Parts: sequence; C-alpha cells; structure tokens
Amino acid sequence: MRPQTSLLMCPPDFYGIEYEINPWMDLRRPADPERARAQWRALYETLTETLGVRVELLTPVKGLPDLVFTANAGLVVPGRFVASRFLHPERQKEQPTYEAWFRARGYAIETLPEGTCFEGEGDALWLGDALFAGYRIRSDIRSHQGLAAMLGCEVLSLDLVDPRFYHLDTCFCPLDNRRALYYPPAFDDYGRRVIHEFVPEPIAVGDVDALRFACNAIVVGRDVVVQSGCDAVEKTLRAHGFTPRPVDLSEFHKAGGSAKCLGLWVPSCEDKKAG
Amino acid sequence: MVSETVELRGHIIDSLILPKVLDEIMTLGGTFEILHLAVGQRREDPSRAEVRVTAPDAQHLDAILGRIGQHGAISLAGDEARLVPADVDGAFPDGFYCSTHFETWIKRHGQWIAVERPEMDCGIRFDPATGRATTVPMHRVRRGDLIVIGHAGVKVAPIDRSSERNVFEFMASNVSSEKPKAVVIREMAAHIKTARAAGGKVLVVAGPAVIHTGAGEHLERLIAGGYVQVLFAGNALAAHDIEQALYGTSLGMSLDAGMPVDEGHEHHLRAINAIRRIGGIRRAVEEGMLKRGIMHACVAHGVDYVLAGSIRDDGPLPDVITDAVKAQDAMREKIQGVTVGIMIATTLHSIATGNILPASVKLICVDINPAVVTKLADRGSFQAMGLVTDVEPFLRALAEHLVPAVTSRGVL
Repeated sequence: MRPQTSLLMCPPDFYGIEYEINPWMDLRRPADPERARAQWRALYETLTETLGVRVELLTPVKGLPDLVFTANAGLVVPGRFVASRFLHPERQKEQPTYEAWFRARGYAIETLPEGTCFEGEGDALWLGDALFAGYRIRSDIRSHQGLAAMLGCEVLSLDLVDPRFYHLDTCFCPLDNRRALYYPPAFDDYGRRVIHEFVPEPIAVGDVDALRFACNAIVVGRDVVVQSGCDAVEKTLRAHGFTPRPVDLSEFHKAGGSAKCLGLWVPSCEDKKAG
Repeated sequence: MVSETVELRGHIIDSLILPKVLDEIMTLGGTFEILHLAVGQRREDPSRAEVRVTAPDAQHLDAILGRIGQHGAISLAGDEARLVPADVDGAFPDGFYCSTHFETWIKRHGQWIAVERPEMDCGIRFDPATGRATTVPMHRVRRGDLIVIGHAGVKVAPIDRSSERNVFEFMASNVSSEKPKAVVIREMAAHIKTARAAGGKVLVVAGPAVIHTGAGEHLERLIAGGYVQVLFAGNALAAHDIEQALYGTSLGMSLDAGMPVDEGHEHHLRAINAIRRIGGIRRAVEEGMLKRGIMHACVAHGVDYVLAGSIRDDGPLPDVITDAVKAQDAMREKIQGVTVGIMIATTLHSIATGNILPASVKLICVDINPAVVTKLADRGSFQAMGLVTDVEPFLRALAEHLVPAVTSRGVL
C-alpha cells in the first residue's frame, strides 16, 4: 500500500440478505446482524490498528444492504472516480450515495458509456501498470474499452466462467507487482494464459480455500488480510514472505463477499494509482 | 450462407480476446475472415479488428453473434452504412468499402437495400434520388457520388459451398487432367440446359485456340442451337475465325489438310483488311461476304459479342474495342442476365471476365494447361469448375450433348 492511500469502508448497520443476485445469496439463510457487526469491526481494527491503514467511512443507508461492499462503488484514481454501472437494479440504487461521497471530496465523477456494466474494483485490479478486469458475469467487456480509454492504460480482460466467482476480486488477488493469488477454474483457458503471460509469478489457490474467499483478501504491503481458515493459502503466503492476517468474515460470505469486497482503495491526489 | 461483420476493440491481442472470438466462431460452426486489424503500437494502445463471420444459416449466425457479443464483438450491421461524397472524379474517398462478388446489402434508414450488379473490387454507390445502391468501378466514380465507407451497415451473403451437391462442388475441389471427362462434360451440358430452361444467358469466353484446333464448328453449333447468348473474345479469335471462313486456314494452316498453305501466313491480315474495308463484321455478314464461322453465327443468331483489344493485335478488326477500360465497361453491360460462363482456352480474358461476374454465375473453365484452370477455379468463386483438356474434344462432346447431330439412324 502506498502511504497516502486510504480505504473506504461502510459499517454493516443495514447489511442483510434481502435479495438473491448471486449463487451465495439465499433468503432462507439470513445474515446474523450482531455477528456481522462484530466481524466487520474485527476487520476494521485489523486494518486500522494492526496495519495502520487509514480508513474512511461511508454512512450506511437503510434499504441498501450491499452498500457495505464498497469495493463495487467504482474505481478510483487520483482525483477521479470512475463510477460503477451496476448490472442489478438492487445495487444500482447504491450509486448516488457513492457519487455524492466522492463529489463532496472534490473528485471528478466519470461515467462509462450508457448500456455498459462495470462493478468497480470488484472487477478491476491493478498489477503493475496493467488493469486486470473481469467480465461476463457482472461487468461487460465493453466497459473495459471505456476504462482503457479513460485511464490510458492496458486493460487485460478476463472472462469469468464460474458464477460463484462472479467478480474478479473473488478469484484473483494481486499481491505485488510480480505475484497474484488466483483460482484457475474461475477462468477459461484464455484467461489462465493471460494470467501466466502477464503475472510473473501466479500463485494458484485450491478449491477449498477459493470457496472460503481466500482470494478476496486485502493486501497492505507485506500483510494480507484474509478469511480465517484458509490454511493452505496462509502457508503459501508465508512461504512467499507475506504475513497472513486472518479474520473471520463468514457472515459476509452469505452475500458472496469477504475482506476485499468490504473496502475500496482511495488513492490521494499525489498517488498515481489505487492498490 | 449468411454473414455479418463485427468489430472488436480494446486490448484484444494481449487479453487473447481476438483468438477466443475466432475459436468460438469455428466451434459454433461458422467461419471468419479478418477484414481489418489495427494493432496498438504501445502496450496501452488499444487494437481494433473487423471480422466477417459467416454461418450456414441465420440461426447459426445469431447464435455465434450472441456468443461472441459477450466478448465485445459488436455487429457493424446494426449501424447504418456510412456514405461519403467522392471528392474527385475517378477515385473513391479514403476508407471506401471494397466490394466482393457476393450478394451484398447496405443499410439505409433501417432498411436493407440490395446492391445491384455484385462485382468484386468495386465500391458501392448509393443514389439518394432513387434509393438504389450499385457497385461502381473506380474509374466511373464522379465527384459528389455517395460512396459507402467502412464495413458498418454492409452485409454479404457468400454462396453456400455445401448446398451445391453437384459436379461444381465435386470439380471445384481440385483440378486435374485425371478426371472422368465424359461424365463431367455430360454434367456440364445438363447444367447449361437447366440454366437455359430457367431463362439464364450463357456466356462463352474463348481464345483463338478454338479456331486453331478446329473446334470452331462445334461452337457454331452451340450458337445455332441457342446455347450461347454472349461471346467475349479478342481480336485473334475473330480474325482467325474470319480467316478460316474466307480462306479455309487458321494462321495460315489448312484446317482440312493440317498443312501450311502457300502465302497462308498472310491470310489473317487479308481477312482483317477485308473486314476493315467493308466496315465491320456485321456489315460483312449482311453483305454476304462472311457466310460461315463463329462470328457469322453470332450475327445471324443475335449473340451479343464484345471483342476486346490487346497490344499485340493485328489490325485490329473494326469491332475490337481497343480501350481496355471501355472494353471492361462493355463487358459489364453484356453480363446482365448471364448465369453460366464457359471459359475456353484463354487466360487473361477469362480472368478479366471472372473479375466482373457476380459469384452467383457458375463458371466452367477449360484449358489444356492445368495452371490456367487452377488459377480460374481458385479465384474465390465457389462455383467454378475446371477441366484440363484440349478444347476441341471438349467442345465436340459438349455440342454433341446439347445439339445432337441428327442422322438417318436418329440422334447420335
């Protein structure tokens, strides 16, 4: 993490399973509000107190249960907020809240062409100068063309083929400029070849840990905040010189998210790029 | 077969999106042609590809377009055709759509308009006054003509390779002298009959070898039998045909005796001179000077002919069009309504004709040289078939099938 970069989070005051828009969500399996609050608090404290990350908070809004997953708000580069265009109407309602927050802080709000879908950092992650971007399940590939044009960078489009890994940040996690965790079955053969071509040291994650959202981790320098119980991934991270910071976020798994989904990198204006 | 052009933009090379789309097209039973590919120079520069997708039918095409659409391949057919006025005479605006010889449509105001006179290597001109679109060769462009630019709003229907389960498909596969000629010629004859019965015209493009080999009489028979409506040739075929009609020789050789005759080498010049003196082939026939031969048969039976000149011509005959571009245009006019083209023993003339014929015209190419036949059969027309053989036995057999000689024993 670059020192000036902060993380935007939203307390889970109104979090809950109120609709089903991915295979993880099941209205018969509601989230426990108390446990969710405690888990979120533990994540927040790990980030702020243990790792010294500057976290900014978005005020929760009643009726927007997924506002807690701030990673999907958009993609932030210094001074500019590329707003998401959500696929589902349930989440489209979150958009004005995010935009208002960034506008109030002087960010230029940029929107992708009408008719495209883009779900923010959930589907767009930096590794070096390239933006790895997922498509097909939530974001569509035409949004990638728009992003490339707006940001003047290379956008490597990765087809997501498993509905359980519906956002790129559920199956791909850049660790630094050379390494990334990824879950191979979430991609097609072309996507795996792209990852092998452009990630110097890709680290494959097994089924068990991938389904525990091991890839949905927040990387802070050499520390990796990851769902607890991902034993194999923790071991691998240590072997690569990283320190796993396990946190249990199982209540959020019910909505299809974990650590990374709960935060959006917000680089300051001096910083070149997010992440 | 149906096809549509799609566009892919972005980092389609590094992301392997382009190969993926091409693979998907083939997996779903389609074929593709990359019409245009502009690769970004630097890593952050996007690339752009235009790909023509062809499928066996509309249903397959929709399935393919649906699938590749998820990878960002956008149909250009959804757009309107882009028109730009020509800024100079005799040349297209930059970026002009280069036509194929397949059936083509352009989209204007939401409507698909069939492009008249499909011809390869032309542009498409739209006339706002009539609402009609026509192919236009470069030299006929006039300043202000509205010319189609790019592939947007253009769709093409290639001829189905597989639906034609007949001798054309069989023969087009390869060209060889090892073909069962009798069978092939019988099939060709049947096809010509069918085409005539359907009201189609038959075009013959013939070289002077037809006369030298003594096959002129067979062609005459086909003309008299109503199996030739249009003849394209050069000065040589007509000159040697007339030489034979007037002197009984072809390039000085007696066609009866097979021997050179005295002063025979002058005959073709004397023949040309005679026609020049009288004012043309038609006049020679009308005045009773020319009483037989192919050109006589053409005039007698109302066959349209175009004689195109070349740099080595003697004379030439007054009927020969010596301006190559004017000859092309004359040929373009005469091919209207032609459904079968028979190209016999001429390379350049056959290629020139192949260039202006729409793909729907079935081509029969006959030459003693396999290279010529291969060249013609491989010119992108799926409906060309070749036969490597001497022209005389070919025309003899074809004439026998189509216009059988009646003898006392009946039909031979």
